[in-house]
Amino acid sequence: MEGDDFMNSSSLKAEQMHHPGSGHGHPDPEEMRTFGFWIYLMTDIMIFGTFFATYIVLRHNTDGGPGPADLFDLNGAIVSTFLLLTSSYTCGIAVLALNKGKKRALIGWLALTAALGAIFIGLEINEFCHMVHEGATMSRSAFLSAFYTLVGTHGLHVTVGLVWMIALMAQLSAKGITPVTKRKVNVISLFWHFLDVVWIFVFTVVYLMGVK
Amino acid sequence: MERTDGVYSAEESHGSLRSYTMGYLCSIVLTIIPIALVFGDWLQGTAKAVALMLLGALQLVVQLFFFMHLKDEKKPHYNLISLILGLVILVVIVAGSMWIMLYNMVAT
Repeated sequence: MEGDDFMNSSSLKAEQMHHPGSGHGHPDPEEMRTFGFWIYLMTDIMIFGTFFATYIVLRHNTDGGPGPADLFDLNGAIVSTFLLLTSSYTCGIAVLALNKGKKRALIGWLALTAALGAIFIGLEINEFCHMVHEGATMSRSAFLSAFYTLVGTHGLHVTVGLVWMIALMAQLSAKGITPVTKRKVNVISLFWHFLDVVWIFVFTVVYLMGVK
Repeated sequence: MERTDGVYSAEESHGSLRSYTMGYLCSIVLTIIPIALVFGDWLQGTAKAVALMLLGALQLVVQLFFFMHLKDEKKPHYNLISLILGLVILVVIVAGSMWIMLYNMVAT
């Protein structure tokens, strides 16, 4: 960013004049946009932080209804965790393909990432339906309100990420790898890794600590 | 339209297949350990909670370094600084809420 200009001043500036807009000294807008997205992720940390705090405080308030140990299927959560971890990895490989300029491979790895994410969401919806059928609705107890808010917000983020990824794949196949689409792939990979991290904590706090 | 000029790839080739695979393997190991902890009933109560949270934090570090390339950031480290701010607020919210609501209640 700006600091680079100060660090390697004269030689770079001369070079930039020869190649205007080559992005060599890059205080470039795409990089600033990526940083802006990073700031958004930091605010997302705070949203999830408050939901985690709420869940931890309320998780024993089951009002005589079903508790974590009665409701959660740890095996399903473990499968979900490995799905999301793997999708985080495939998303990383997509970024590698991006850096090598391989458009077809990039779209393929993004598609695989989105498919894994879709299976994850499918499992989550299935779990929620199952719980609601057993009478564990959001309004049953404070514990369940906090649970659906926390896990549902994460699921909503993943769903938004899926829609976004599909739109980006369409844009990539239409426009190819440009500085703008490149930034978008980098940003969505940050988003995806972030959601993976959040899920790790959901898995730990809600599922692993819930099932005694 | 595809740009693959050498300047770009040399400067921005964050990570390699090797580092991503390393990160993936680390995160799998860091997922299996807590699962084993819970299924094996090796630790109880607070010790278990602390161990699980530590493993979660390690997982966060793995993701940040291998997948989100935090350590590749050039000076000044704006990403790192804002991350630290986010984490400080996170800890204040979570630990503060727990302290007040779980251990410090006046009315019971």
